[in-house]
Amino acid sequence: MNTLSDQNWLLSLGVFLPMAGVLVMLFIPKSDEVMVKGVALATAAATLLVGIYTLTQFDYGNSASQQFFTSTDWIKPIRATYTVGLDGISLPLYILSMVITLLVMIYSWNHVPDPGNPKAFFMLMLVLQTGMAGTFVAQDLILFFVFFEVVLLPMYFMIGVWGGAERQYASLKFFLYTMFGSALMLVAFIALFIVTKGNEGDGNFTFAWFAEHGPGVSRNTAIWIFAGMFVGFAVKVPMFPFHTWLPDAHTQAPTQGSVILAAILLKLGTYGFVRIAIPFLPQAATKWAPFIGALAVIGIIYGALGCLAQTDMKRLIAFSSVAHMGFVMLGISTLTPLGINAALFGMVAHGLITGMLFFVAGSVKERYHTLEIGRLSGMLIQMPKMGWILGFCAMASLGLPGLAGFWGEFPAILSAYNPLQSAEFGNLSPEFFRVLMVIAAVGTVLAAGYLLWLYQRTAFGEPNPEFVSGSHGDHHGDNDEMHDEMHDEMHDVGIFEWIAWTPLLIAIVVLGVYPQLMFKVMDPAVTNLLEVFNR
Amino acid sequence: MIATVLAAVSDFSAPTLDYHALAPEIVLAVGLCAVLLVDLFVSEGKRWITASLSGFVLLGALLPVVTVGVTGDDVRSMFDGRYVIDNFSLVLKALFLVSAYVVVLLSTNEIEEGGYYQGEYYVMLLSSVLGMVMMCSSRDLVSVFVAFEFLSIPTYMMAAWRKRDRKSNEAGVKYFLLGVFASAVMLYGMSLLYGATGSTLLTDIGAQVTASGTLAGVEVLGVVFVIVGFAFKVSAVPFHSWAPDTYEGAPLPVTAFLSVASKAAGFVALMAMLYLAFPLASDVYQPLMWVLAALSMTVGNLLALRQTNIVRMLAYSSISQGGFILMPLAVASEAGTTGMRAVIVYLIIYAATNLGAFAVIIAVSRKTRSGEISSLGGLFGYAPGLAVLMTVFLASLAGIPPLGGWYAKFGAFNAVVEAGGGWGYSLAVIAAINAVIAAAYYMTVMREMWMKPAPDGDVTTIRVPASLQAALAITGIATLAFGVLPGFSGYGNITDLAGAFVR
Repeated sequence: MNTLSDQNWLLSLGVFLPMAGVLVMLFIPKSDEVMVKGVALATAAATLLVGIYTLTQFDYGNSASQQFFTSTDWIKPIRATYTVGLDGISLPLYILSMVITLLVMIYSWNHVPDPGNPKAFFMLMLVLQTGMAGTFVAQDLILFFVFFEVVLLPMYFMIGVWGGAERQYASLKFFLYTMFGSALMLVAFIALFIVTKGNEGDGNFTFAWFAEHGPGVSRNTAIWIFAGMFVGFAVKVPMFPFHTWLPDAHTQAPTQGSVILAAILLKLGTYGFVRIAIPFLPQAATKWAPFIGALAVIGIIYGALGCLAQTDMKRLIAFSSVAHMGFVMLGISTLTPLGINAALFGMVAHGLITGMLFFVAGSVKERYHTLEIGRLSGMLIQMPKMGWILGFCAMASLGLPGLAGFWGEFPAILSAYNPLQSAEFGNLSPEFFRVLMVIAAVGTVLAAGYLLWLYQRTAFGEPNPEFVSGSHGDHHGDNDEMHDEMHDEMHDVGIFEWIAWTPLLIAIVVLGVYPQLMFKVMDPAVTNLLEVFNR
Repeated sequence: MIATVLAAVSDFSAPTLDYHALAPEIVLAVGLCAVLLVDLFVSEGKRWITASLSGFVLLGALLPVVTVGVTGDDVRSMFDGRYVIDNFSLVLKALFLVSAYVVVLLSTNEIEEGGYYQGEYYVMLLSSVLGMVMMCSSRDLVSVFVAFEFLSIPTYMMAAWRKRDRKSNEAGVKYFLLGVFASAVMLYGMSLLYGATGSTLLTDIGAQVTASGTLAGVEVLGVVFVIVGFAFKVSAVPFHSWAPDTYEGAPLPVTAFLSVASKAAGFVALMAMLYLAFPLASDVYQPLMWVLAALSMTVGNLLALRQTNIVRMLAYSSISQGGFILMPLAVASEAGTTGMRAVIVYLIIYAATNLGAFAVIIAVSRKTRSGEISSLGGLFGYAPGLAVLMTVFLASLAGIPPLGGWYAKFGAFNAVVEAGGGWGYSLAVIAAINAVIAAAYYMTVMREMWMKPAPDGDVTTIRVPASLQAALAITGIATLAFGVLPGFSGYGNITDLAGAFVR
């Protein structure tokens, strides 16, 4: 693996800057809310500036190499190191995590969910940011594991304290599922280290070590180690049948939590597959790939059918995540550059689009105090801008060409036509994957179905009289005061919402029109990663 | 008659004593006498002096531990190798002294305000610590047993320190009866070992145990009885039944002391026995340890899930943590130094974390006067600092990075996976599942603090006394530091239990 060590402090700065903000915030009194929010926002903005500086300094001609690379001893007795680096695979996700955190904070400026306490809320978001960014730049298994777990507690509290009615159940479920996965994952990491380390005491936990020695592990051992990693990552993705925490967590989480969860946290799992499980254990990956592909396709269909059955808008979006992550996993399971490029693109696109959908759902909930699809209608009349944005996101989500969602789905399906053929590690059956391809294609039709149906029910038609001020229908809760209140709340997209959403909307269009922007950064890195199959 | 005695005396040559290495013990012994004397001469209102004095005695004893540690890596052996000061014992001595110092900090207000016998309390505490410090260096059946009783007997009394409280009396009596029973079993096992091998020196026993090529039946019995004796001390399932009642009844600082220091002392003795006396009897003790470890973590966890009292919950949680600490010992012969290091690291991190959790409980119960988990309701609202600290400690116990506990668990997993084989991997998977179950009840407490309202709407803030603040600071910083930079002082790099692994 080539490494470039120029400006090797840059990634550490980007990862740990939010923690500095947390430290400062510790000393601000809770009552000074503006100050609290201001410091948090400034920290997130500064972090993003570091990210943008990183973008300008990134050597795009060398995107297969680990850049800004640094490596020092961290825990000597177990030979774990502090190693961080950034290549074309990590770059989009690393930047995405910074962008999303900042936008979520802007949105939170006047949207702190009950029971308030912005100080704790913003601090948790900054801790989350450190964990997410750290996971994407870690180049050492132990470091990766630590960052991977750092996000757990903040998200648990975010759902559990600021969430909906069933928040305590949902947060505990989220936590225990993830904890279960990561415990087995840790055992797998240790096992991988033990089977690769030499007798003379060489070896360490860096990715470079495993990339070199992992493929030499005997296939039977590798399959078991892969199993441990599979559970850890599959819970996080989440893949069918480990997905049941997701609808609960998403539905109960506050808007900010849902957005971060959908946009970044789910990607930690798929990123783990791409970065760790597949390149380090290619001999096991070829055995597992058909199984993963089948589960991915089940996830696509199951998620889509789940969507069709939902009566709650947020829960519907959550189920659509299961389906979309199914496409990502299908791309990954082909083990081809095309498939993994598609998966990586799909991860970013899903982050932008589903994040946006959750934002809209949050704002709808704030205005209507309900997300029941049956009670919402006529959004285009009542709040035209919001309605159009929802439509735009629904189109993007169903994979309309010209918007970002398309470039995640379409190549992923395409890649299943020609899965990996590797001389050393065995071939994947093209027939089997072509069957998966067809089923996945049916999934896109279903996706169009549930999204358009959602849009039709919520945005078209006349506004539901119970949400129209001044009308005295025979609906429940009718008195004039309440309607006046409601009228105030039925405003269209507000200023903070515009600031938070515009960058996402622009990104969806830009990536849709010019996907090469990301593909050309990722492709060399992906090709480099999959070299292992061709040697 | 007299002539023979005189003749024996003339043969007698005084053993050479390394006073530098023995200084911790000497400081403690002198210090506890001083506390006893001072207690006689100060008026009732000034008894708090004994607490401060005990703190200084413990720190004073820590000083020579540090100086011996920095002056060289050589092993200081006395009395023909029966009393050894090596890195292993130094690290653990430091652990016991610092833990006891934190316990003194926890006790200061509790014992003073409870109107208990302050002077005597600290004398008991220091005696027990002296026993623990001796345990770290003991390499002989007799000195192991003496140290073991020395550290145990004061704790029986401390458990019953709330004299007029029935639960506390129950705690003391239960602990005493089961404790002496365990001692008797252990002593019987030791006598069998002595009878079979003809020596009380652990390394001699280690060399003798398989001298004939196979284990004799009496040796097997000896090994099993000794292990069972220590299993009581570390409250491993199925020898755990005293722990929850004793923990609940004893005064909180004593519970903290029992669950951390006293338990650790049991593990220290266990390690000395396994690595020095039975290294070749691994066929006997490893399956035993495997069962004890698997049962402790599983049963401890399942029972902890059902608790509504936080102290009882922590009691069961400490049983389950004990299972994790036993884990590397179940593969001791394959895992070698990795296993030993894992146990020591676990003991250190567990001590910091558990003492911290007790510090928070003591602070909160000063206000709520309750030990129920529900009494922590709404803590995040009215005492965010305490709630966050408690979250840190619980998360560390659950093993969530970047808090200390993850590294402790990592070490335990590392040892069993490195040992490999069916025994190792199956234990690793059992432990992984248990880590999740454990998280569930730690989460219950977090949920109470963060997501539930205060039980009676009482949201007056909690005033935390200075000594408790100091204890919280020490344990909190330690918990974080052990997690973020586990290798920072090389404490996890103890490779020599002098004389271990001699085959």
